[in-house]
Amino acid sequence: MNLFPKNRAFLAEIGNLARFTARFFREAFRPRYEISELIRQCFIIGYKSLSLVGLTAFIMGLVLTMQLRPSMVHYGVEAKIPAMVCIAIIREIGPVITALIFAGKIGSSIGAELGSMRVTEQIDAMEVSGTNPFKYLVVTRTLAATLMLPVLVVLADAISLYGSYLGVNIYSVLSLRLFIAQVIENLAYYDAIPAFVKTFFFGFAVGIVGCFKGYYSTKGTEGVGRSANSAVVMASVVIFILDLLAVQVTELIWDY
Amino acid sequence: METREAVIIVENLCKAFGDNVVLDHFNLTLYKGENLVVLGKSGSGKSVLIKCIIGLLRPDSGRIEVLGENVPELSYSQLDQLRARVGFLFQSNALYDSMTVRENLEFPLRRHWLKVEQKEVDALVHEVLESVGLEHTADMMPAELSGGMRKRIALARTLILKPAIILYDEPTTGLDPITGMEIIELIKQVQQRYQTSALVISHDMKLAQTASERIAMLIEGKCYATGTYRELAASTDPNLRAFFD
Ligand SMILES: Nc1ncnc2c1ncn2[C@@H]1O[C@H](COP(=O)(O)OP(=O)(O)OP(=O)(O)O)[C@@H](O)[C@H]1O
Ligand SMILES: [Mg+2]
Repeated sequence: MNLFPKNRAFLAEIGNLARFTARFFREAFRPRYEISELIRQCFIIGYKSLSLVGLTAFIMGLVLTMQLRPSMVHYGVEAKIPAMVCIAIIREIGPVITALIFAGKIGSSIGAELGSMRVTEQIDAMEVSGTNPFKYLVVTRTLAATLMLPVLVVLADAISLYGSYLGVNIYSVLSLRLFIAQVIENLAYYDAIPAFVKTFFFGFAVGIVGCFKGYYSTKGTEGVGRSANSAVVMASVVIFILDLLAVQVTELIWDY
Repeated sequence: METREAVIIVENLCKAFGDNVVLDHFNLTLYKGENLVVLGKSGSGKSVLIKCIIGLLRPDSGRIEVLGENVPELSYSQLDQLRARVGFLFQSNALYDSMTVRENLEFPLRRHWLKVEQKEVDALVHEVLESVGLEHTADMMPAELSGGMRKRIALARTLILKPAIILYDEPTTGLDPITGMEIIELIKQVQQRYQTSALVISHDMKLAQTASERIAMLIEGKCYATGTYRELAASTDPNLRAFFD
């Protein structure tokens, strides 16, 4: 069995993605700036994923609380459930689950949209209409994804914690004020800030990978489906890799 | 000897994708006000040829002069200025399917930095829709239109900048013969109304017969022969007979 050709294609793909990313930075900082299209994309991208992100965040908070409860009771630290859950949500689950949902929803839709624009020559049509399609399509969507995911994650964290509060209240009574007080008491800056910073990278990854897959979509409607599909797969993998890097970098910087 | 002014001159154009040599020292001249049809088999590189002319593909070598400018050497902004004067009708229409017909038509106007007032924009949109006979579709989405209507809207979008030259990429492919005839009529009307020069890429013999003043044959990457339909149809060359029989 010869694995070499496959590995080669894989490496070529990584190289092309790196080139595409470099082009993003070159084009993003040079005029003309597509501000109105950027705002429109921010709205579309944020609005499209809001309900899905809210729902999954709520369920994650609730379920996590209920799943943790037996062990916490067993060790006699039932009172620490809010602290435990909030660390888990803010540091890891909120950003990663939201980013994965975002990849599924937005990464695929960007991949499919740009892919179909490529195969029906709409991208070429933009170019002959005095528009740089890379700026108009890729830069705006990638920036919008980068800016909107952090907002969604903050919302998701809040909704998740509310789910967790309800989860606690299924078994015992805890006022919302007390729950919030416990959460705040147990959260440190080094929990919240690195987690927040990494969401920008996750958002960027979803945007750039979706655009990359769509922009270089191959001929035919089959190619569009493949673009959407591989955008989600690749973006999800990149999110995990970034998460791994983020935890290492945080350890280095925040030497506690 | 031709005395008319040339608007497009293609000289020794070569273009290959890897080992696949598509255009091999191709030569072509389009004169002002004429309708020239380039005939070639499917996959012979017709789309590649006009994409090189409009600067969407970079030729490997050769000279492409459009309205006096050498396309491969132009900067991005110069190319934009040139493209405002050269219309391009895409083989797949390339209508933006997230926009209404009106927004589709306004797009090139707004994007070419042409500072026109809303009133003028509306008037232009109305004018081009009228010239393709589809005034009532302004607020529809491209997906709601039939294939022939989409082709007309794409033509209207090309016309809105009042180009000096229009490049048509297989305007009748994928349409039934009657709709195809309508589009051919439209191409002729447009040429008269707007005084444009037209380069039409096709493998449709009906189109070549009815809409062309001159025909160029693209065979194996070269301009194999040029002439009027009658001249070429009378030829005994087997390569040409393959088209005309
Ligand atoms: N971007 C590209 N990359 C690689 N090869 C290409 C590219 N564009 C076209 N080709 C190749 O160039 C050749 C000519 O393609 P082209 O699209 O110009 O054909 P065509 O004459 O327009 O045919 P059709 O009538 O089907 O539209 C084909 O063999 C095609 O595979
Ligand atoms: Mg073609």
